[in-house]
Amino acid sequence: MFKTPRHIFFWLVVLSILLVFMDLPENYRVKFTIFGKTIDRVINPPVFRFSLFGNRIEKQFVTKLGLDLAGGSHVVLEADMKDVAAKDRTSALESVKEVIERRVNFFGISEPVVQTSVSENAYRIIVELPGISNVSQAVALIGQTARLDFREFIDVPVSTESAFIIPSLTNTKSVGIIGKDLKRASVSFSTQTGEPQVALEFTSDGSKKFADATTRLKGKQLAIFLDEFPITAPRVDTAITDGQAVITGSFTKDAAKALSLQLNAGALPVSVLVVEQRTVEATLGKESIVKSVRGGIVGLCMVAIFMVLRYGWLGLIANFALILYGLLALGIFRLFGITLTLPGIAGFILSIGMAVDSNILIFERYKEEFRAGKPWHIAMEQAFGKAWDSIRDANVTTIATSLILYNPLNFHVLPASGLVRGFAATLLIGVVLSLFTGIVATRTFIRVLYKGKKAAV
Amino acid sequence: MIKFTKYIWLYFLISSFVLSAGIYSLVRFGLRPSIDFAGGTLVELRVPSSVSADDISTKARSIGMEVSSVQRSGKATFLVRSKSETDATITTLAQSIASESAVIVLRKETVGPILGKELLQKASVAAAIAITVILLYVAYAFKNIKYGVSAIIALVHDVMVVIGMFSLFGHFYGVEVDTLFVTAVLTAMSFSVHDTIVVFDRIREYLRRDRSRPFEELVNVALTETMNRSITNSFTIIFMLVALILMGGDSIRWFIVALLIGTVSGTYSSPFIAVPILFLWHKWEKEKAHTGV
Repeated sequence: MFKTPRHIFFWLVVLSILLVFMDLPENYRVKFTIFGKTIDRVINPPVFRFSLFGNRIEKQFVTKLGLDLAGGSHVVLEADMKDVAAKDRTSALESVKEVIERRVNFFGISEPVVQTSVSENAYRIIVELPGISNVSQAVALIGQTARLDFREFIDVPVSTESAFIIPSLTNTKSVGIIGKDLKRASVSFSTQTGEPQVALEFTSDGSKKFADATTRLKGKQLAIFLDEFPITAPRVDTAITDGQAVITGSFTKDAAKALSLQLNAGALPVSVLVVEQRTVEATLGKESIVKSVRGGIVGLCMVAIFMVLRYGWLGLIANFALILYGLLALGIFRLFGITLTLPGIAGFILSIGMAVDSNILIFERYKEEFRAGKPWHIAMEQAFGKAWDSIRDANVTTIATSLILYNPLNFHVLPASGLVRGFAATLLIGVVLSLFTGIVATRTFIRVLYKGKKAAV
Repeated sequence: MIKFTKYIWLYFLISSFVLSAGIYSLVRFGLRPSIDFAGGTLVELRVPSSVSADDISTKARSIGMEVSSVQRSGKATFLVRSKSETDATITTLAQSIASESAVIVLRKETVGPILGKELLQKASVAAAIAITVILLYVAYAFKNIKYGVSAIIALVHDVMVVIGMFSLFGHFYGVEVDTLFVTAVLTAMSFSVHDTIVVFDRIREYLRRDRSRPFEELVNVALTETMNRSITNSFTIIFMLVALILMGGDSIRWFIVALLIGTVSGTYSSPFIAVPILFLWHKWEKEKAHTGV
């Protein structure tokens, strides 16, 4: 398949056409008249829907934009863990995350991102809220400490045996058991049925209260509220006096885990503090994109013209490789869902500079070899061979630097900031791609398209 | 062949001029940390064209904000920096400047001071690791520690040029260093080495070909031959970056400036710092061996 330069050339052309489709702009309206027919449609990148081993896969090729470009809010909260035992901290953080996710979803924000980040002694939650600019309300809500409350129904109709009533703040009243009465909740498995269940362990104070409540409410429902919303309402089967209870039901393992996380959020006294908050209005983001893209295009055109002026036909061929490079990079950003941020765009542009550098190195080398009196195609092949050493060594160091900045293994001592990462990701992808287009693609294009000149005398 | 080695004193003079200006400013004025490092609140406002920076500053002070600066960032946009403020205060400020909907809060950022310290610490660790990796790789690729050390000296030179210049910009134009600046410095580092390696590679090639040739001549030939490429290449990158400085958004302008200074310095330092150091080192070793015998 890749036997001759012509074959490779063919596949490169096929690849380019494919990439053009993948890289189509989003929601771009075209309107023009051709042969008396008016064409008016909105262009969008293709969507692939197919089934693989029973899994439905849907892949849409859209560029993911960071909050600095799309607008939105980035909030970093730090959990205060001083009252939590060291071994419980990770699970406490997970609980906080669970609660925050619930609150964010409650706000109806599309595609929110809630992540945890642990670095040495700092336990943080990073919340990204795309699209909303008035976040004060959301942030105020997110930053609250979770409140757990055990509540009983105020007056239970007689016929509740089968009917299920949704508990709410109005039809229930507190039994006086709150988060600090609960020591911890965990997932366990029933010794009889083997089904997942949620085990509750109360503090000594909580055990007394819970014993009172369960004695009084035997056979009735006891609802548990988190942040004024009911999360579960199990029926009390027996009075529990030892402070060890289990909630059974047909839980899946995930459901049991989610419930225990929510209960723990109330049990573990973790307060969170907003340490960073950045909000970008969508219009500012849009302006930034338009300006950066415009600047990038003008810069690219200047580079392209410069290459043609300096190297003639060879420069033009290098420009083809550069176009392929741009298409490939954008395609890969879309394929892997790389989030583009402003520094990301800068990293990409810088990598274009490095991509051109490979070609310049080769062409300068070629000129030298050609001047030495070698026939052009031999001079060219030698130029590729000799330039490779320096291209390899130079790019290895850039790849190493971008990997250190990207910090893929999440080492605590290295930065993991989204901005730095966005930059490192595009730079890394750019440099790797530039090795392909600068060497393989350019070489193929030259072998197929360039007719050369006679050896210098 | 151009006798580059004859003018080593000139290259060092130029560098020491730029470096000493930067370092003087760094010692005297330091860098202006942005809220990324110092903590605080940054708000970007779009206001009616009649509103001036002084108006905003007066209004902000009257509602009790501790404003450190109000700076014009665009045609009718201003950057307000202050101690950490709540969203409610910012809304009050926007409303007090002009009637509702005439003032738009384009951007607001509040950062606690802990994060900045952590970021600086982590970035330094990242830089240290990157330098070590580069040093080892260059020493390995060229089978000689001298190459690694010379490349690193050129790299430190470039980093100092960028930081020094930004200290001057900070003093004269109020430019602040932020997360992006740290990224730019790290990039300048990798670019610097990228460029140095290309020149070293040529010396390595000639060394392999002809061991008997005097090192000085070899260095001069290598520099002459790579000069074309160095200039052409930095031109292309400079084109890209200048286009972005002139046309790109305000929010990344100084980031690009940092990259541009890094690129120019990185291109300069390869033939004029890294190679001369390598050459002088080589010469010094030889002389030592000579007098020792």
